[in-house]
Amino acid sequence: MPALPLDEAGKYVAAAYLVVFAIVLIYVAIMAAKLSRIEREVDSIHELLDKSGR
Amino acid sequence: MYSKGLKPLSIASLATLALALGLVFFYAPNDADQGFLQKIFYIHVPIAIVSLCGFVAGGLMAIQYLRTNDRSWDMRSYVAIHLSIVLGLGVLITGSIWARGSWGHWWVWDEPTLVSFLIVFLLYCCYQPLRFSIEDPERQARYAAVFAIAAGAFVPINFIAVRMSQSFSHPRVLSATGGSMPGSMRLTFLISLLGFTLLFVTLWKLELTSKHASMQLKRLKKRLELDLEERPAGAPAPPVSTVPAQPSRD
Repeated sequence: MPALPLDEAGKYVAAAYLVVFAIVLIYVAIMAAKLSRIEREVDSIHELLDKSGR
Repeated sequence: MYSKGLKPLSIASLATLALALGLVFFYAPNDADQGFLQKIFYIHVPIAIVSLCGFVAGGLMAIQYLRTNDRSWDMRSYVAIHLSIVLGLGVLITGSIWARGSWGHWWVWDEPTLVSFLIVFLLYCCYQPLRFSIEDPERQARYAAVFAIAAGAFVPINFIAVRMSQSFSHPRVLSATGGSMPGSMRLTFLISLLGFTLLFVTLWKLELTSKHASMQLKRLKKRLELDLEERPAGAPAPPVSTVPAQPSRD
């Protein structure tokens, strides 16, 4: 097939780069959600320690 | 434990990927045959290489787990494979986009490179269901390690078989003779490969850190709850183990 013109090829290139960016972004967002869960766990441990009076 | 060097690693990955992007769009020339569309190569091929290397690394870490019976190696193997599957999905999608632009089809079933990567990807998609279908942590880790080793050995065998086969339309960019890329394209490709390798290691360490912290906290909480039930306030608390437990789906 002959090379696509820039405006046509640009759409494919942008789509490919955006897909990879989105995958990494979703991954990092999931990691951030896990981090906030860890933060809640730390809070609950603090509460337990407060309850025990230590 | 796992977070050591995470900050400089993150900065290095971001800087290398930013440099790679700059080189892709402002330094590397357009391909004579494919034109601007060939820019997908600089993202598609590096993540394919990193993903396949991640699968092999997962197998090697599984060997280490079986040799030492150290749970941390099982965790490392699990995270490497998990992350490689995520990147593998990226490889399949970017590959399909490139195929559509270049060949006019989203997928070509008689092309060995594409189909072999899909087989490897689908093989590893079975890893997590297999792993989490076993409840006993010891058996879970052992079975997952055996799977990771067998599948990890399949990756290079598969790669060699594909290289030996007749390619119909997929180009052979990297060869023993150095391929046919000019210097500027090769440099851009290598920087991009380095960037994605660093990104893989950064995310791998990040997930390991998160999993380790989560499991330690759960263990600590359980211990505190038991301690509260059994022990009066003021008595000394027993030490908390730092041995990582088996990976969870969290």
